[in-house]
Amino acid sequence: MSNSVISVISRFLEEYTTTTPNKLKVVDAYLLYILLTGALQFLYCLLVGTFPFNSFLSGFISCVGAFILGVCLRIQINPQNKGDFLSISPERAFADFLFAHTVLHLVVMNFIG
Amino acid sequence: CCGLGMWRMSSLLSFSILFLACLAGFSSRLFAVIRFESIIHEFDPWFNYRSTHHLTTNGFYEFLNWFDERAWYPLGRIVGGTVYPGLMVTAGLIHYMLNLLHITVHIRDVCVFLAPVFSGLTAISTFLLTRELWNQGAGLLAACFIAIVPGYISRSVAGSFDNEGIAIFALQFTYYLWVKSVKTGSVFWAIGCCLSYFYMVSAWGGYVFIINLIPLHVFVLMLMQRYSRRVYIAYSTFYIVGLVLSMQIPFVGFQPIRTSEHMAAAGVFALLQAYAFLQYLKDRLTRQEFQTLFLLGVSLAAGVVFLTVIYLTYTGLYAKIHIPIIASVSEHQPTTWVSFFFDLHILVCTFPAGLWFCIKNVNDERVFVALYAISAVYFAGVMVRLMLTLTPVVCMLSAVAFSSVFEHYMGDDTKREKPPQEKAEEGLGPNVKSIVTMLMLMLLMMFAVHCTWVTSNAYSSPSVVLASYNHDGTRNILDDFREAYYWLRQNTDEHARVMSWWDYGYQIAGMANRTTLVDNNTWNNSHIALVGKAMSSNESAAYEIMRSLDVDYVLIIFGGVIGYSGDDINKFLWMVRIAEGEHPKDIRESDYFTPQGEFRVDKAGSPTLLNCLMYKMSYYRFGEMQLDFRTPPGFDRTRNAEIGNKDIKFKHLEEAFTSEHWLVRIYKVKSLDNREPLDHKLRSVVPRQKYTSKKVTGLLYVCT
Repeated sequence: MSNSVISVISRFLEEYTTTTPNKLKVVDAYLLYILLTGALQFLYCLLVGTFPFNSFLSGFISCVGAFILGVCLRIQINPQNKGDFLSISPERAFADFLFAHTVLHLVVMNFIG
Repeated sequence: CCGLGMWRMSSLLSFSILFLACLAGFSSRLFAVIRFESIIHEFDPWFNYRSTHHLTTNGFYEFLNWFDERAWYPLGRIVGGTVYPGLMVTAGLIHYMLNLLHITVHIRDVCVFLAPVFSGLTAISTFLLTRELWNQGAGLLAACFIAIVPGYISRSVAGSFDNEGIAIFALQFTYYLWVKSVKTGSVFWAIGCCLSYFYMVSAWGGYVFIINLIPLHVFVLMLMQRYSRRVYIAYSTFYIVGLVLSMQIPFVGFQPIRTSEHMAAAGVFALLQAYAFLQYLKDRLTRQEFQTLFLLGVSLAAGVVFLTVIYLTYTGLYAKIHIPIIASVSEHQPTTWVSFFFDLHILVCTFPAGLWFCIKNVNDERVFVALYAISAVYFAGVMVRLMLTLTPVVCMLSAVAFSSVFEHYMGDDTKREKPPQEKAEEGLGPNVKSIVTMLMLMLLMMFAVHCTWVTSNAYSSPSVVLASYNHDGTRNILDDFREAYYWLRQNTDEHARVMSWWDYGYQIAGMANRTTLVDNNTWNNSHIALVGKAMSSNESAAYEIMRSLDVDYVLIIFGGVIGYSGDDINKFLWMVRIAEGEHPKDIRESDYFTPQGEFRVDKAGSPTLLNCLMYKMSYYRFGEMQLDFRTPPGFDRTRNAEIGNKDIKFKHLEEAFTSEHWLVRIYKVKSLDNREPLDHKLRSVVPRQKYTSKKVTGLLYVCT
């Protein structure tokens, strides 16, 4: 079972590196970075405690929010999904991404205390 | 060019219809202002008005951090953390902008007219929402319906300065933006939805309805195999940005990640992430590979859920706090059929037809409105107050029904181009069409008449001013409440403390501007019980309690002279029950009934009742008053009985003010006497003979 899981994963990685366009790979790298930051924040919270709870929440939600918005951007600029988003060009997708991030960071700044 | 011309024509028509709907909604809510004056109604709006006044005079940060020491004396109330600030901030902002343009409007007028203005905005947002769901015609009908429907007017009449006035607008607008973001899959609309949701969270506690309906919609879409990437983008963005926005309101705080009411949204979010990731993998792997990974994923997920459950039960974090939506009031009774018809008239009959049309021609957004309808019907059936959340969806779906009917029976002008050999049974005869159209129009006209009648007769009473009508139709205004509150305002010390039952707390604070002990917020039951105990004990025991609470004045409502049934003697048993709950040894409810178990105020009444403070205060000097030559002096019109204890004397109170029709009576609490009379007889001293010492006189004789 574990053999097949490893082989599945390696095949998936190989297929991923060959078929995904570069634009999406950049976005994926950014998503991985955000994921690691979020995991690190959560680990810190488990070790040190939740004292300024609003600060922890704002930092963690900022990571989750950035991750989600990155995923949304990736979905919208993926040329395979063009049929779903007829009225949204990649430039519009990126503009929406920037707008969403502005709102998210304004709120996070207010919440961080 | 014909198309553009038609578009221009139809948009001009839409614009004028919407404008007329806003105007109708605004004017329909003005009955109370025209009949009486521009005044804040009822009880809760007085607190909102006072907070808004504090906001405009002291600024935003002072309001957000306000600790009110003039309420709940001596405890005080942390207003900043226990209100939904949206209403006050909206009114304050409008007042600020108008004054900036040198249109000097008083804040009271802004507060009184805020709800009618927002009803126009609600009509516009309902139009937008229904247009997304069905078509433009249905949208216009829905806007017209919600402008005049009594179910919404009851809570948004001019003078009713309460959260629901702006919350329904925020609700409809949030739902419109949600439907738009599901349809387009754009992050821009999803963020718009989040900002509107933030406004809704700041405005009303009913935001919980949104945060449960939207995840339910997403879940049902997933179950119906209608999952798409647009839904994923819309919900994920809405949930996470909406979550952090909702926690900015101090009253909401960390509830969105702790209480059970918000857990559904989080659960659906996690489920959606897992589902989307699995869809992504499914696209890229073969079937067997996918199955292997799927099994691994499921076991991991099960492990995580298991660990979370253990952690939560161990630390007791998932405490099922049953937060009641509202405290126990008469609006919490189950709804009767009469209320449904009274508030919605013909719409309640056509609403199921609209629901059927939506389900028959289903798509993503119609699933949403169907779920909205079903959940709203359930809640409205449970509690009368929640008829308000049912009203918008009933307007929308009835508009859909009416629009479909009109389209079917009126819109065949294009079909007339068909060759005339089509027999009449192919379509409908023009007679049938016109009869049906006429009937529908008559129904709509009767609806409009009913709405205006209901608004005028049932929902336009300010409650602060009472009006009665004589046999010849002339109006008799009873302005006792305001008379008494203004007496308090002008004739008592600024820091005087007024004790009354909690119903009148907000009005006293708003109109008389005096410190109160308990008010309509009812957050501290023990304090209310203490006041209840003071009202139900005899005068000496009550005096002790009043001294300990620093009470200067006591205010009661007495309806015996005019037959007003909402007075304090009728509420007295509630005071006793609440006091008994906290002080069972001192107060017993059975003491206040006769041996036969009746509650009577005449000679046969129980002696505890006849000597308690509330009885004495209500009927002081009432025994001398003869209202009518047919009834004896001291005849209580509300209880229809001659009072038992006519000779009332006070030791520690004195009467300060009684209003014109004896509705409001105010007593001053006297301070302790300078000299307390001794409670034993004076010692009698028998004069004894004076004793003079012979020695001293002897010495005197020797010296001289």
